Amino acid sequence: MARYGMVIDTLKCVGCMDCVVACKTENEVPIGYNRDWISYETTGKFPSLHQEIRSERCNQCDNPPCVYCCPCGASHISETGGIVLVYEDKCSGCKACMAACPYGARYIHPEGFASKCTFCIHRVETGELPACVSVCPTYCMSFGDLDDPQSDVSKLLASRSNHSLIPEAGTKPQIYYLT
Amino acid sequence: MKSFSRRKFLQISSATFASAAALGTINHVTKGSKLFAGDKTKTGTYQVPTYCNLCFWKCGAIATVKDGKLWKIEGNPLDPLSNGRLCPRGTGGVGAYSDPTRLKSPLIRTGARGNESWKVVTWDEAFNYIADKLNTIKAKHGPEAVAYFSHGIGGNFIKHTFKAFGTPHIFAPSFAQCRGPREVGFELTFGDVIGSPERTDIKNTKCMALIGSHLGENMHNSQVQELSQAVENGASIIVVDPRFSIVAGKAKYYLPIKPGTDMALLLTWSNILIKEGLYDKEYSEKYGIGFEQFAAEVSQYTPEWAYTETGVEAKLIIESARELARYKPASFIHPGRHVTWYGNDAQRSRAIALLNALLGNWNHKGAFWQPTKMPIPPYPYPAYPEAVMPRADNPGKKYPWAGEEEGLTNGIREATITGNPYPIKSWVVYATNLMNALPNQQETLKAIQNLDLLVTIDVIPSEIAGYSDVVLPESTYLERYDDLHSSPFTTPFLGIRQPVIDSPDDQKPNWWIAKQLAGKLGLGHYFPWNDIEDYLKFRVDKAGLSYTELKEKGIILGAKKPVYIEEGVEEKFNTPSGKVEFYSTQLAEKGFDPIPKYEKPEEPPVGFMRLLFGRSPVHTFSMTQSNPILQDMIEENEVWINIDIAKQYGIKNGDYIKLKNQDGMVSNKVKVKATERIRTDCVFMTHGFGHQSKALFNTYQKGASDSHLVTKYKTDPIMGGTGMNINFVTIVREA
Repeated sequence: MARYGMVIDTLKCVGCMDCVVACKTENEVPIGYNRDWISYETTGKFPSLHQEIRSERCNQCDNPPCVYCCPCGASHISETGGIVLVYEDKCSGCKACMAACPYGARYIHPEGFASKCTFCIHRVETGELPACVSVCPTYCMSFGDLDDPQSDVSKLLASRSNHSLIPEAGTKPQIYYLT
Repeated sequence: MKSFSRRKFLQISSATFASAAALGTINHVTKGSKLFAGDKTKTGTYQVPTYCNLCFWKCGAIATVKDGKLWKIEGNPLDPLSNGRLCPRGTGGVGAYSDPTRLKSPLIRTGARGNESWKVVTWDEAFNYIADKLNTIKAKHGPEAVAYFSHGIGGNFIKHTFKAFGTPHIFAPSFAQCRGPREVGFELTFGDVIGSPERTDIKNTKCMALIGSHLGENMHNSQVQELSQAVENGASIIVVDPRFSIVAGKAKYYLPIKPGTDMALLLTWSNILIKEGLYDKEYSEKYGIGFEQFAAEVSQYTPEWAYTETGVEAKLIIESARELARYKPASFIHPGRHVTWYGNDAQRSRAIALLNALLGNWNHKGAFWQPTKMPIPPYPYPAYPEAVMPRADNPGKKYPWAGEEEGLTNGIREATITGNPYPIKSWVVYATNLMNALPNQQETLKAIQNLDLLVTIDVIPSEIAGYSDVVLPESTYLERYDDLHSSPFTTPFLGIRQPVIDSPDDQKPNWWIAKQLAGKLGLGHYFPWNDIEDYLKFRVDKAGLSYTELKEKGIILGAKKPVYIEEGVEEKFNTPSGKVEFYSTQLAEKGFDPIPKYEKPEEPPVGFMRLLFGRSPVHTFSMTQSNPILQDMIEENEVWINIDIAKQYGIKNGDYIKLKNQDGMVSNKVKVKATERIRTDCVFMTHGFGHQSKALFNTYQKGASDSHLVTKYKTDPIMGGTGMNINFVTIVREA
């Protein structure tokens, strides 16, 4: 079975937010909410600075606290690619998942359910890439099966230095940043 | 809780076209406006290829409509500009349609200019009003008393109407407020311009230097895509900027230059290349003229001296120069785009061109390409009447290299204020917000007061619309046909813009406005076609291409031609000497420095910092801040202040302050970004925010306007452009 993940090249990313805009239109994310966002990390003293730009979203964790804490059984691990999804009609909007997520990846949709990145599963199931990946003008994002050693994402991880976000939380995030 | 999963719903509807895409043939259901009318209740999904209008790059796009509602806009994979990937603004073009501030119907002013009080009128009433005034002005002052300003391809048809009317006064701020100096600097040196899209070969380069150009923040799609390729290829990037821009974070060498001293660096780089024998000697001997004079002139500019001017360490200047030389001719200095900075911008652009000449890189792979373009025959219109009076924007050709095609916007403004050389009584403004495009808003207001007629045609109620006598609401690019698009690029191509969805109110496309107005002015014979599609089809047929195919695919590619010397392009220079002009006799003859010289910039007064401005990746000029999707990305601009300066003032990230410039002009309140990423002697903000038009209610007074603070400008004596980076600001604490 596939294990979907993303590998994002921070050296190529310019932080243009195209991924955020594309997610918004593709998934009709309401104004005022976003399923992905850009983080900037600047270190050093001018002019000797280092900057890392990251397109961030739900890390589709292998050990997802949002699923374990959900009292309604709404948050669950999908059979497709092991990603974390929400049954919108089961969700009570209690926000336990939001409290449990170390990444701040979730929000309560104005209609009352918890919502977040789905890796555009509706696109992936028809052979397309997630909207954010497909639109990126810097080609900094790769999506694929981390369990397949021949996939682009696996090859990138094998060949480049990388890190995930807050690994110490023990959530086993499945988004990796190339540095 | 709703019973039907929204996610599942999306799965079903997207599957209908995704499966077609997977087969490799995108099922473009093309719909003309007539076909689509009344179809709004239709369920299901269809796609229409078109080209984007969120900036001037004009990327090929495919819009998807679902159940009668505009859903998303993606890049057209056939398009060589976007390669199927739009920038965030293009993706957010959906919000151009749903913008709540959109103009809905024609308006005639009822209160004082600038009060934004209007009455709603019919198109016929509006056209009658405009035609009546224009004819009166023409009878009294001649057709030359009318000036037409436009931005973008959408201005073409109305431009035709005003050329038919008989005025030579056709303007676009893209010359004198943007890239004019660059085109002049390169033309004087190589005999050819840079053009748009820029002819820079970023994707194949081994080393590129950016002078203040912040690619990645200015989101010119092909350039940003190629920047990413350059990063992947391991190209050396040299960034010269007072601000640690996004691309500075990707640079091998970052030169934190003192603003206004770029010329010192450029001339010193030239000196290093010559002195160390690193330049392409054979190239300059074979193709150059005046090299010896140039070498002698720049020999005074040493790295040690340059350090005192630019603040960039001599070692860094030397190493970056060597890096450029190491990879010649596959290395280049990027000419930039918005380069009207200090009023000596044509000379600075020439210094950039000359450095490129030292690298022997003109039309060489990895530096510049020779543009190719799909030839599309023009529509056979009657000849335009010849203007009786000479142009008023540049009397006596005071600025010898002022562009005539786009004119001197600031020159015609001056003529409108003074009435010299003759009165200018009407401005017609299409899709360019002159209040924010031109420096010194007071001068623009003064000019407006002398007009008998000011007309604005736009999608949204911009500031200039607020001062207009008549405002005409245009359909967005998603609702109209436009002129054919065939930009000079590495591959010849032709693109079509066609309607995706109906206009929601009484908005009309520019071609219709142009034709109707011409009819009212008695110039109907200049529009022999009935419908825009007759015009488009005529031209496409004449080019020997299939109009049906163009509509279906959105893009037709031409045969690839050589674009590099390495592919067989000839080393040819259209200068008077036929050579690369290191020494410019043309400039000398007009009394200008034949070789660029360094001039010290004016220092900021004590307690003041230089005001710099630039681009955000999610906004274009002052035309997208009310777009609800793009606004959701960045709602207001911030003023970047060095963190140490912020500490001195006791202000921190997120505080609101005001800025006051050297002339006492005070900005709107603006959020502070206290950061390590900028020098201490300047501040930076993105252009386009701080709207003063109340009708732009969702973005009204959000952020600050750099245009408001640019009261001072310096006119380039060579080409007449307005250097705008010469204003200084101090911090006013918000009460």
